[in-house]
Amino acid sequence: MNSLSLSFELAGCVAAILLLIGMPVAYWLAFSNWRGKFLLESVVALPLVLPPTVLGFYALLAMGPRGPLGKLWIALFGHGLAFTFTGLVLASVVYSFPFAVQPLMVSFEAVDRRLLDASALLGAGKWRTFRRIILPLSLPGLVTALVLSFAHTLGEFGVVLMVGGNLAGVTRTVSIDIYDRVQSLEYVAANQLALLLLAIAFAVLCLVYAVNRRVWAPAWTRWSAK
Amino acid sequence: MVSEVTSGTLVASIRKERPDAASFILDVSFEAPPGITILFGPSGAGKSTLLDCLAGLARPTTGAIAIGENVLFDSASYIDVSPQVRRVAYVFQSLALFPHLTVEQNVAYGLRDITQQDRRARVEEILQAFRIARLRDRKPSQISGGEKQRTALARSLVTRPQLLLLDEPLTGLDAELKDAIVEDLRAWNIAKRIPILYVTHSREEVDALGERVIAIDNGRVVGHGAPMDVLDAPRRKRLAQAAGFENVLTATVLDLRERDGVMRIRLGESACEIEVPLAHASVGDLVQIAIRAGDVLLASERPRGLSARNVLEGRILSLEPRGTMCVARVDCGVTFVAHVTPGAVRALELAVAKQVWLVLKTHSCHLVD
Repeated sequence: MNSLSLSFELAGCVAAILLLIGMPVAYWLAFSNWRGKFLLESVVALPLVLPPTVLGFYALLAMGPRGPLGKLWIALFGHGLAFTFTGLVLASVVYSFPFAVQPLMVSFEAVDRRLLDASALLGAGKWRTFRRIILPLSLPGLVTALVLSFAHTLGEFGVVLMVGGNLAGVTRTVSIDIYDRVQSLEYVAANQLALLLLAIAFAVLCLVYAVNRRVWAPAWTRWSAK
Repeated sequence: MVSEVTSGTLVASIRKERPDAASFILDVSFEAPPGITILFGPSGAGKSTLLDCLAGLARPTTGAIAIGENVLFDSASYIDVSPQVRRVAYVFQSLALFPHLTVEQNVAYGLRDITQQDRRARVEEILQAFRIARLRDRKPSQISGGEKQRTALARSLVTRPQLLLLDEPLTGLDAELKDAIVEDLRAWNIAKRIPILYVTHSREEVDALGERVIAIDNGRVVGHGAPMDVLDAPRRKRLAQAAGFENVLTATVLDLRERDGVMRIRLGESACEIEVPLAHASVGDLVQIAIRAGDVLLASERPRGLSARNVLEGRILSLEPRGTMCVARVDCGVTFVAHVTPGAVRALELAVAKQVWLVLKTHSCHLVD
């Protein structure tokens, strides 16, 4: 397996997982009245400011044969987590967490509270209100969360290096691959990959901004009215 | 659990304190039988808080709310029915239509746990009753203001609520459209007979709708009964202003003429003396009087041979067109606001700084506390 498809697979897994666990966390952050909410908010935002090596270091310790996560994994599946694809996914989920939670939280919060009141008064419970009102109105946030966590995972380097090492086909992602090739002076190959990543990053950001500027809003309205 | 079929009188007694419990936002007790009851008061009087409490969106500190036999809230027995099962319909000022759903989907939103067939029939019935059937596939952004209001009403009423709360739902509509919607609402309610609480601070709406009015100010009920009784003889200054008395002036009682049923008062610090209906006051007392701008007459010459007892000389400070009227501010030592028609402005050649005479009928001057 080449490094590019491995990166895509990793980013896809991470984005999907983050969307699933990001939604309840974002919902809670958006609607809870608990005064200690800022604590969780800080924890969620931590990967934004932490050097990836720090995060990767602790992830490696936790996943190692003597770490709590590593021990659990060995007990359950008979092999360790460090230097595996699964381990990489887990560490990346933590690393990209804010990129999924922040846009979701912001778009949940932006939903007019009176719409939620109206939904409740029409007999809808929290789940129905979420499914029928909050979620459809947060679609741009959903797309943003998905795309950003995908893109962020695609470009990560430090965490992968610490947790995944550099095993071809298992943990050698495209950013590591580029680094490798520069080390061995294969500038042409490095440039091809780098250019590709650059193009992808640009396309992804275009997508995010276009969705948030509602460039396709009329088309979407027509489609969803069907 | 709330029973299926109900219609009854809303009986509410609600006290809501501020978080520090030092003061209250709301302290009211009232009843509203089936039919339209107007909740009238200046903004900030606590009307919206009251509706939120009735709907279960806000929790009263103490009190009880019941509709007929159904208790929705009772602080003494720890009953607090959640908004989802109160069967209270609430049309917000913002209407809160779901922007991503069509008119039909909006209306059908509250209908669940019934067969597809029943659901379709009930949606159809109410779309027809509120004349929005042809808009069924449109989104809220694609329909007019009046149509949005009709959709919001239909969405609330299709669930067969036992109480309907309307928070200034028809503001910003022209009178004709408003009347048409209110007529459809009345027609719908003839069969259902539920209490409808209609919040407004527009005097015109009260006159157009009102069977009963409850006046609220500073979180308290300050009057209830027929609109004429409550609002034409306001006993509180803020309410008087809200009820469309543009002139609320402080005056000193000069002398009482009990035989004529009048008293003379001096306005503010000015030299203006006018005659007003006799009230329970003594010479030297300070009183407040309220006069509608529409009850103030303007003359370009000193009028003679009038039955009106009060003629004041003054100068025009400003003239501002407002809709089909003109608002004139006149300085007579105190400032009066008078409403005149554009035709009168032309005929009398009214202009800023022009000398004019104000004419006030004795019984256009209302005393307020």
